[in-house]
Amino acid sequence: MREFGYQRAHDINGAVSLLAADPDARYLGGGTNLVDLMKTGVERPALLVDVRELPLDRVEPTADGGLRIGATVTNSDLAVHPEVRRNYPALTQALLAGASGQLRNMATVGGNLLQRTRCGYFTDLSQPCNKRAPGTGCPAVTGEHHNHAVLGASDHCVAVHPSDMGVALTAFDAVVSYESAEGPGEVPLSDFYLPVGDTPHRETALPAGALITHVTLPAAPVAARSRYRKVRERASYAFAIGSVAAALTVEDGRVREARLALGAVASRPWRARAAEAVLVGAPADGATFAAAADAELAAARPLPHNGYKVTLMRNLVVSVLTELAGEDAR
Amino acid sequence: MTTTTPGPSALRGAVGTARTRIEGREKVTGAARYAGEIPFADLAHGWLVLSTVTRGRILDVETAPVLAMPGVLTVLHHGNAPRLKTDYVGMLGTPPDPTCAVFQNDRVPFAGWPVALVVAETPEEAREAAEALVVTYDSEPHDTALHPDHPGAYPAAGHMPAETEKGDLEAQLAASAFVVDAEYTTPEEQHSMMEPHAATARWEGGRLEVVDSNQGAGWVQGELATMFSLDASSVRVRSEHIGGGFGSKGLRAHQVSAVMAATALQRPVRVVLTRRQTFSLGGYRSPTTQRVRLGAAPDGRLLALEHRSLNQTSTVYEFVEPSAGVARVLYDADAHRTANHVVRLDVPSPTWMRAPGEAPGSFAIEAALDELAERGGIDPIELRLRNEPEVGPVSGLPFAGNNLAACFREGARRFGWADRDPRPGIRREGRWLLGTGTAAASFGAGAAPSTALVTAEADGSFTVRITAADIGTGARTALTLIAADALETAPEQVRVRIGDSDFGPAMIAGGSMGTRSWAWAVTAAAAELRERLAMTTSIPPEGITVRSDTTEALGALARKERHSFGAQFAEVAVDTATGEIRVRRMLGVFAAGRIVNPLTARNQLVGGMTWGISMALHEEAVRDRNTGGHYAPDLAGYHVATHADTPAIEVDWVDDHDPEDPVGIKGVGEIGIVGAAAAVANAVWHATGVRHRDLPIRPDRVLAATGPEPAGGAVDA
Repeated sequence: MREFGYQRAHDINGAVSLLAADPDARYLGGGTNLVDLMKTGVERPALLVDVRELPLDRVEPTADGGLRIGATVTNSDLAVHPEVRRNYPALTQALLAGASGQLRNMATVGGNLLQRTRCGYFTDLSQPCNKRAPGTGCPAVTGEHHNHAVLGASDHCVAVHPSDMGVALTAFDAVVSYESAEGPGEVPLSDFYLPVGDTPHRETALPAGALITHVTLPAAPVAARSRYRKVRERASYAFAIGSVAAALTVEDGRVREARLALGAVASRPWRARAAEAVLVGAPADGATFAAAADAELAAARPLPHNGYKVTLMRNLVVSVLTELAGEDAR
Repeated sequence: MTTTTPGPSALRGAVGTARTRIEGREKVTGAARYAGEIPFADLAHGWLVLSTVTRGRILDVETAPVLAMPGVLTVLHHGNAPRLKTDYVGMLGTPPDPTCAVFQNDRVPFAGWPVALVVAETPEEAREAAEALVVTYDSEPHDTALHPDHPGAYPAAGHMPAETEKGDLEAQLAASAFVVDAEYTTPEEQHSMMEPHAATARWEGGRLEVVDSNQGAGWVQGELATMFSLDASSVRVRSEHIGGGFGSKGLRAHQVSAVMAATALQRPVRVVLTRRQTFSLGGYRSPTTQRVRLGAAPDGRLLALEHRSLNQTSTVYEFVEPSAGVARVLYDADAHRTANHVVRLDVPSPTWMRAPGEAPGSFAIEAALDELAERGGIDPIELRLRNEPEVGPVSGLPFAGNNLAACFREGARRFGWADRDPRPGIRREGRWLLGTGTAAASFGAGAAPSTALVTAEADGSFTVRITAADIGTGARTALTLIAADALETAPEQVRVRIGDSDFGPAMIAGGSMGTRSWAWAVTAAAAELRERLAMTTSIPPEGITVRSDTTEALGALARKERHSFGAQFAEVAVDTATGEIRVRRMLGVFAAGRIVNPLTARNQLVGGMTWGISMALHEEAVRDRNTGGHYAPDLAGYHVATHADTPAIEVDWVDDHDPEDPVGIKGVGEIGIVGAAAAVANAVWHATGVRHRDLPIRPDRVLAATGPEPAGGAVDA
């Protein structure tokens, strides 16, 4: 029988020092991913440090008009927070598009960002996987990769990040704050996930043992008119095969400001800066939206069985931007 | 919807009235115990170890390190397991699948084959040891890919002739005014019942007792007794509550390995399959590749019909998914040819699943008919009505009622079919294209010999004992209503006990034959009991018990084509920019004989149609191209329809009374899925103008058919 320790943390420094003392310890948030991985044997922590009682469960306005979101705020609570609904509607939509009501009631903001890929080779201990067991290989490249990455992947790993929430946060320039044995720090979400390269097992820029304490959304008036659309292989309770978080401000028929992030296409939520560059200043019409999508997807390197994602993402970007532009015109 | 169905027993009251499940409260409160959670003293736990190679030979099972682990009691494998009898034909006319007769040799015929059972004091210890068990293999090259021109394919009979043929097919095709020639595929589908397989075996007073979750306690009892060379009377199998079966819950590796371990250790042993293990050990629906050729006269009358189907089976067991059988019932043609072929691959053994044959077969033939209707400019319903056979197209036997036309007429009226514009791809609502489709359904209405015990108790109540199984369908409740009417008493006076092989031989819950078969036996016993009671003045304390056996009565039934029929309707919305498909509504109208309990019958039919949505749009077990093993075999990777995928589904039935039938019940377990996937696929064509002949109709397939949207998109803001 696989035994592990469990300890409830009562303050942030206490939690961090427990992790610092034991490299095989893990923070436990909602447990909606970690516990599953423990059941399948992918994760075998020696100690679980339960952080759910830490005072990190509040969503607070910041001085500049943004929001500071505690790491243990549940997905359900964040989704219905009035300021999130009003100022960042795509974030609410992304949260509600994820998982199920029961899971969202448990899942935390910090845990959502740190959830692992659902690649079927990663979760199958009988298979090689560079992410789970570095150096063993990636069977997905020549095997099943129907829902794998088309952007930013490498021969070492083609897995995608499964988060919906993270796609919206990425579009809105979220910043991750953490506490570590070396003190506090912060990192923009766009730099939070490391490039895949030949080290797919190294996933984030967090120092070892660091605890995510907050995610801060800067003020972003553009985000008030934003949308998240998720395409999946059934209407509910499935991970995306492609998703878009977008925000658009249109003035006199031209795009003044745009935010665009793509989900289920890469090892991280994918900020579409090339597309944004095409959008800003251009006429808010279908031709611009298609050109923007094409600019971003020019870097796509689909595998033999996931080329549909390039078509899907192009269509989805055009569709969502067209909807937003239509709203703006009203 | 219909709430009562006139029939022979209508005047007595219980049959035909809506009743909630007798055990419903127990189930929703958690009081109902399932096989994996019934407590036993001194219980040990077994954990199966499955092969990690796809084809080969076991070289070594390193048991010593595992036997030294905490709590481990034994490790069973081919080197120490008792030899089983496997050269027999079981109750359902088939030999046992060697996947269930575990640990008999060193061959590994597929990935996920049972190679060992680790038994320990706790499930956690057993699992830890099972995962630590090192098994070394000599791996061999494998072939796990089904394709239509596989050289290993051969005709196979299963439960029906492999091939039927009449007329000159090529000549009739040449003489046809319009022709369809198309290939259809359906993927590997997994039963995915909510409760995985679980069994506890123990020796008690010289008898082997197995507490299990299965679709036929008597069936499993018979198989176990034969396999272990035991006297049938010394084996008892019980199966009280079952969390879904769908064809998967017969004899499986978990019962056999539990019996082996309980015998070796002389203490109770439980074996529960994990969800992942059910993918290779629980059976599944084989993928199919089908070719349909149809030719019709200008008026739509079929001159030529050919339906060929190929499915895969394992190298150790032949299972036929008889998809070409549907056309042997539904449609005649001057030239008529049907064929079921199989090919043996290095894959797990498939088995019965949700209308085996009819479900994939009706997808192909009903989609092909829709294509024929399009070619001929004939309404799809009209085309089907013009081709209604007068007698069995292959058997030549008369139909014991064929109410397909009535189903279509009532369905068309309710669905609003008359207003339908047949042109595809012209209805848009925002980003969605809308379309409607229809398909016919049929399913055999068979019965198998069964026995029942009915007791008049001294307190005036009655007890029915029958080895029936309630796999979630409401069988226990249906039998209570039937018994009450047959005994001319109130349902509250009847106690129905099922799921115990000691009650005697009876049909399993399968083939949509359970309720018909069991009701027959219960009614017969009740009738005789009433005669006995009429001549009795007092009932002794032990009651008066009558036993029935329907073997003779079934044999006396006239040979006819006996089937349920139905008409399926679907409306879908398709976003061709994203490939998303949403079913907006479905309607199914069925002719399914006497409806015993409208509440649970409707539940079964809606459930069957939901399987159809799942089959059309979601379900697909995926095999790794290189290893041949399953990819992501769990309920996150294997999608079934969620509530959000399941729209307003309406179900109704037409009067379908056969005065010559002594029971009148036809069974509603499976017909709900027949034609349902075709109705959805036909609606997708009507919405988009694209024929999807490969299931499931995934977003990438919709996208591949339509390509990128033009710049500017086709999206209405």
